[in-house]
Amino acid sequence: MVNWIFLIPIIVAVALLFLPRRWGTVAWFATFIAMFVSMVLAISVFFKFDPSVTGIQFEHKSIWVQALGINFHTGVDGINVGLLLMGAIVAFTASCLSWDIKTREKEFSILLLLMSGGILGAFASFDMFFFYFFHELALIPTFIMIGVWGQGENKNYATFQITIYLTIGALITLFGLILLYVKSNANTFDIVDLSNTLAKRQIESQGQSLIFPILMVGFGTLVSLFPFYSWAPPGYAAAPAPAAMMHAGVIKKFGLLGFLRICVPLLPQGAIEWSHILAVLCVGNMLYCGWVAMQQKNLNLLFGFSSVAHMGFAFLGIASLTVIGVTGAVVIMIAHGLLAALSFGLSGWYQKQTGTLEFDKMGGFLKRLPFMGTALLIAMFAGCGLPGFANFVGELLVFFGAWKDFSFYVVLGAWGALVIGAIYMLSAARKILHGELKPEFSRIRDAQTFWRKIPYSILIATLLFFGIFPVILTKRIEPSVKIILKAVEKPENQAQMKPLAPTKIKKTK
Amino acid sequence: MNTGVLILEICAVLLGLIILILEVSAPSYLKGGLGIITLVGLALILLFSYTFTPGFIQFAFGGAYVMDGLALFSKKFFIATAILVVLLLIHTERQNGFIPGEYYALIVFALTGMMFAASANHLVMLFVSIELVTVSFYILTGFRKQNRESLEAAIKYLIFGAVSSAFLIFGIALVYGTSGTMAFNGIAKSLGGSTLHSAIFHTGLGMILVGLGFKIAMFPFQLWVPDVYQGAPSPTTAFLATGSKAAGFVLIIRLFLNTAEPAIALWREQLIVIAILTILYGNLCAIPQRNIKRLIGYSSIAHAGYLLMGIATIATDGIASILYYLVVYMLAVVAMFGVIAVLFKGEDYDIGKFSGLHQRSPFLAMIMTCALASLAGIPPLAGFFGKFLLIKSAALQVDLTSSYYYLVAIAIVGVAISIYYYFKIIKLIYWGEPTDQTKLSISYPLVVLLVLCMAGMLCYGIIPSELVDAAKLAAKSIAM
Repeated sequence: MVNWIFLIPIIVAVALLFLPRRWGTVAWFATFIAMFVSMVLAISVFFKFDPSVTGIQFEHKSIWVQALGINFHTGVDGINVGLLLMGAIVAFTASCLSWDIKTREKEFSILLLLMSGGILGAFASFDMFFFYFFHELALIPTFIMIGVWGQGENKNYATFQITIYLTIGALITLFGLILLYVKSNANTFDIVDLSNTLAKRQIESQGQSLIFPILMVGFGTLVSLFPFYSWAPPGYAAAPAPAAMMHAGVIKKFGLLGFLRICVPLLPQGAIEWSHILAVLCVGNMLYCGWVAMQQKNLNLLFGFSSVAHMGFAFLGIASLTVIGVTGAVVIMIAHGLLAALSFGLSGWYQKQTGTLEFDKMGGFLKRLPFMGTALLIAMFAGCGLPGFANFVGELLVFFGAWKDFSFYVVLGAWGALVIGAIYMLSAARKILHGELKPEFSRIRDAQTFWRKIPYSILIATLLFFGIFPVILTKRIEPSVKIILKAVEKPENQAQMKPLAPTKIKKTK
Repeated sequence: MNTGVLILEICAVLLGLIILILEVSAPSYLKGGLGIITLVGLALILLFSYTFTPGFIQFAFGGAYVMDGLALFSKKFFIATAILVVLLLIHTERQNGFIPGEYYALIVFALTGMMFAASANHLVMLFVSIELVTVSFYILTGFRKQNRESLEAAIKYLIFGAVSSAFLIFGIALVYGTSGTMAFNGIAKSLGGSTLHSAIFHTGLGMILVGLGFKIAMFPFQLWVPDVYQGAPSPTTAFLATGSKAAGFVLIIRLFLNTAEPAIALWREQLIVIAILTILYGNLCAIPQRNIKRLIGYSSIAHAGYLLMGIATIATDGIASILYYLVVYMLAVVAMFGVIAVLFKGEDYDIGKFSGLHQRSPFLAMIMTCALASLAGIPPLAGFFGKFLLIKSAALQVDLTSSYYYLVAIAIVGVAISIYYYFKIIKLIYWGEPTDQTKLSISYPLVVLLVLCMAGMLCYGIIPSELVDAAKLAAKSIAM
């Protein structure tokens, strides 16, 4: 069942190759249906997932290349079940918004399907090779989409930058994964088999402290870890809305999932050794990129920098190596995916309606746009961590988890989240939504039909749902996080378990 | 003597002779069909090669010729390459007019040389087979007699080829002088004694490596590559870049990694350095190229570097990776030359011509993009899996010497550089504006060629297990 979540988009993408080019609408409709089915499957997997059972559920395993120990091994555990849900929802909303693409619709649909199928496949994989393979499958369409359907004068430069950065990041990751494979001496790429082998006999500490930083830089580049983030804001600004939604929301989370699936459980000593460096770097994300976001004069660039800044919280959660912190990081991954998709979906709509995203040229839109204006406001509130949205839950859990080891960074992070985030988000809201309505926009119209409102409504509703009932997420995530942190022998992991109980979370709200 | 073993080579020689005879004696309506006759003949030989079982080792010529898994795998590879090249030739003939039958015959003779090289188990056999390949290529390179560049390329190739043959002969003499035999089995036996540390023996081996290094475009013997690739007719270049290179690698594998393995194991560090330099030289020089054939030339040097990485591992794993990589590299290069044959009609090979190809022919644009992406090593194309295997086989050896870390790191850097210059072309294809709007005509043989290459690149990328197993089996057949 899990396989169909990502196989349906890929199969439909291949089928669309044979469609005549002028049937663009048919291609769009096929994409829409495929994403819808995939989303329904992901939702049902999410709710059928039994949090009380440890280990992988809906498991599928078949041998692919015996000689190398590569298996096609998929399934869900607590960590990826929420990510799959988020990815499928974002993919569905992106397919709704791709209706606005009116040139070469067929090719766009194929690329969007490949992107969604690829990244959902990477989320579901429990084999390092397929994990990497599916991610690459999703990454290449991103470059093409930005290059062909992108916007702005900077388009070519941005495309080139994002291509080079992410390809090199992916290659470094590949290098690290191969080293890990070689050093583990287990002759398998299957993550489950690897962790079983390494649980008995770890890689010697020298190897761990070599491989971990390689993977940290590799995965870090893919997630825009400071200082490897400079591709992200211009890239998202140039990308067409569905591509930006998919990449910023979903594909970027691959790197974080790589930390949780591979780096931390398989290289525990390296993780302990390097977690301090990681914590320092994520302050760069939270404070520096937040500060840069304050200076932006363009809505897309603002969202781009803010999304880089948000990644800092997820990294801080992972660096804490505590159950609460890592659980928080997973919640942030899900919440930020929804939020980034909402933000870039909205900015795409504004771009189309007004022809500009410069703050100087916008203003007073709330009067004319009750629905879209409110949606933008909600996205901004969620972005500055307002309670009631899932982002707040994640950030709070991360701060709790990281307090013990990194209390100073937590203070900085809280400052970055609450003060800086509030400053840039609210000042942007003031410039765009309030003030005088410019005469050239006097004829601007709100989203008219139900269908136009659907994608935004779904994203907002999911954000609110998980913000109000975070326990639905945390009770699934927590048992799996405990398993991956088992190797990281920190005595306080046991002691810190308590605040995760559902009642406590509700109190903190 | 066991002639049954030689059946593939005998068939190939007969095919070449039949073409030559038809060329002079056949009625004129048959002459236009020589390409098809060659194609059918080669396809039959390829089918015939499946009657051999890879596990079974046979000898001929008193042990000078061996038919084992490695030889069989390589022969199938060479025949398949020749078939694709002949398809390309037929297209060129339909597009640019009549091609004399000698061209087809020479391709078949070069193929025969490669097939003998795959089975060479004796230094004389090695020399004769590699000369048969090279001499055929002297003529193939200079085939456009009216074209100054083609002649220039032929002269350059002749001079460099002659020098490399001299090295080869000198090396063979030294090895013979120290080990007392030219048979590979005898050399292997003599390495048990004092020959292993004899300086003259190592000099001889080094000279043979230089001689073969010319063929595979190993640094620092790669100087001829860009000029010859640029001047030679496209089908020749395609065959030179794939078949001739592969023949060199198969010989290196058999002589160095099998026969003289104990001696070569002392050269680990040197081989790593050579591989590193070859990767860097090829990739760095490819960056500023504007001529597509020169660019392919430099990138083929870089690919020789990746393949040398497999040699430098001195392990069965490395050999299997080399064999896999040769196949996927061949598919991508031949596909690229297929596109080039349509797009460039004898004028300068400036990459500006790719500009806006997507608008002129989405099919060619897709093939070219896939071929470039496969060479750059991007999944799900086969090139990715090939690089993956090579890097993995080198990484497996890190316990022996830490130099392998540098080798793997440089290989990754090389891949990153290559992405830059390959994507430059992809960018032109999709985002450039077309410079001319003339219709591109693609003949049926070329469609078959491109679809075959494309299918190969995709299938071996997504379901690599079959080819990996075949390569492993071939690598296992030579005992290390």
